[in-house]
Amino acid sequence: MTAQGAEPRSTVQGEALVVLDHVDKWFGELHVLRDIDLTIHRGEVVVVIGPSGSGKSTLCRAINRLETIDKGTISLDGEPLPQEGKALAALRAEVGMVFQSFNLFAHKTILENVMLGPVKVRKQDKAAAEQRAMELLARVGIEHQAQKYPAQLSGGQQQRVAIARALAMDPKVMLFDEPTSALDPEMIKEVLDVMVDLARQGMTMVVVTHEMGFARTAADRVVFMSDGAIVEENTPEEFFTNPRSERAQDFLGKILKH
Amino acid sequence: MEAVFSDFDEYLKAFGLTLLLFVVSGAASLVLGLFLAALRVGPVSIMRRAAALYVIMFRNTPLLMIFVFMMFAMPRLGVTFLFVEEVRIGDWNPSAFFTRASLALTLYTSAFVCEAFRSGINAVPLGQAEAARSIGLTFGQSMRLVVLPQAGRAVIPPLTSVQVALLKNTSVAAAFGMAEAAYYMRTSLNNHADQRPEIFLMIAIGYVVLVELVTLSSYALERRWKVA
Repeated sequence: MTAQGAEPRSTVQGEALVVLDHVDKWFGELHVLRDIDLTIHRGEVVVVIGPSGSGKSTLCRAINRLETIDKGTISLDGEPLPQEGKALAALRAEVGMVFQSFNLFAHKTILENVMLGPVKVRKQDKAAAEQRAMELLARVGIEHQAQKYPAQLSGGQQQRVAIARALAMDPKVMLFDEPTSALDPEMIKEVLDVMVDLARQGMTMVVVTHEMGFARTAADRVVFMSDGAIVEENTPEEFFTNPRSERAQDFLGKILKH
Repeated sequence: MEAVFSDFDEYLKAFGLTLLLFVVSGAASLVLGLFLAALRVGPVSIMRRAAALYVIMFRNTPLLMIFVFMMFAMPRLGVTFLFVEEVRIGDWNPSAFFTRASLALTLYTSAFVCEAFRSGINAVPLGQAEAARSIGLTFGQSMRLVVLPQAGRAVIPPLTSVQVALLKNTSVAAAFGMAEAAYYMRTSLNNHADQRPEIFLMIAIGYVVLVELVTLSSYALERRWKVA
């Protein structure tokens, strides 16, 4: 499915980075992904929205194979996703993931959380990894908490650390699976600010979210999903002002009216 | 009382053998059980099934049966473990008999150790393993660096129970003629029929002390691994 209607806002789109081709997935009887075709270009920010249970989280998790798919192919940078083992681990190192529930390693300090991947996967030496980790923590504004444990931080702070942890691997693409859904309203902003910043710097991002404000400011493209299928894709302006499908009109009507 | 104190050396030697059986099969069962648990939660489905089958086989059969198998059936199949008698560690050398007994205890206990570890692994939120995998750690690394360190504390109480059961299960070896504490009790009872209550009491005290040592060290570990 290609963008329908209006010209894409961002004209500077690189080559295809993540390509989903006729992807299907079932959870038992439930058809959670229906014939998904989606291409994400280098430097592009794609926001996936839709009602709960529409398959948007599953789509996001399938891109680094936290969910397996039953039909179709997903490829990253021209390479199809490997099955299991070392090759899959190597692929996941190239794909940053940010979870709804942060999932910081509870038994490690903030600094250790950020350094673990670079040291154990990239085999960087500790001093270099630590320096880089501190830079990233400074970038997300948590450098003064480096020696604390995750439980000692607020949700917003934890999520910013999780973003730094993913960035430490220098990923080709960052996946955000409802990154602000578990946060208090005032903490949502601090996380979204970091994400907007990241988008401006040209990071390729796939963001599953209910934050329509973020979609308007940072997205190059909005993908609307319902019942496991992509119903509509468009630029944020077009999508929010002039949704084509009835399902999207209905959804936007419900969420934007109060 | 005098029956035990008159040959206190024998009493200590018997409990020494109990302790040795426990330490050898305890250590071996921790290694084998942890390995089985890793297979059971691992990504390879045939390994998962093989480990599950192991647990079914050894958790569902009585220890006495496994002993009978090791002691009488294995030698008939040509597996005698006589080669271990060549080994010398200081002035102690393992007997093939001791080896077969430890092996029976290890095989049996490993199934329980595996399940104890698995309960600890299950207590760690799934998101921890997902986060570990998504930064590119392999399955082995994510177990070693992220999941098991957090499972550690949750594992200690069930693992302690399993090890305490093992310590007492070593007494099954008495039935096959191993001169450990329960065997000592039987011979002592035969030799001093007039002092039965006292002999029972002394043997009970021996087991209580040993088990208490295991329990106290597990509490110490639990305190040390208290998460920040």
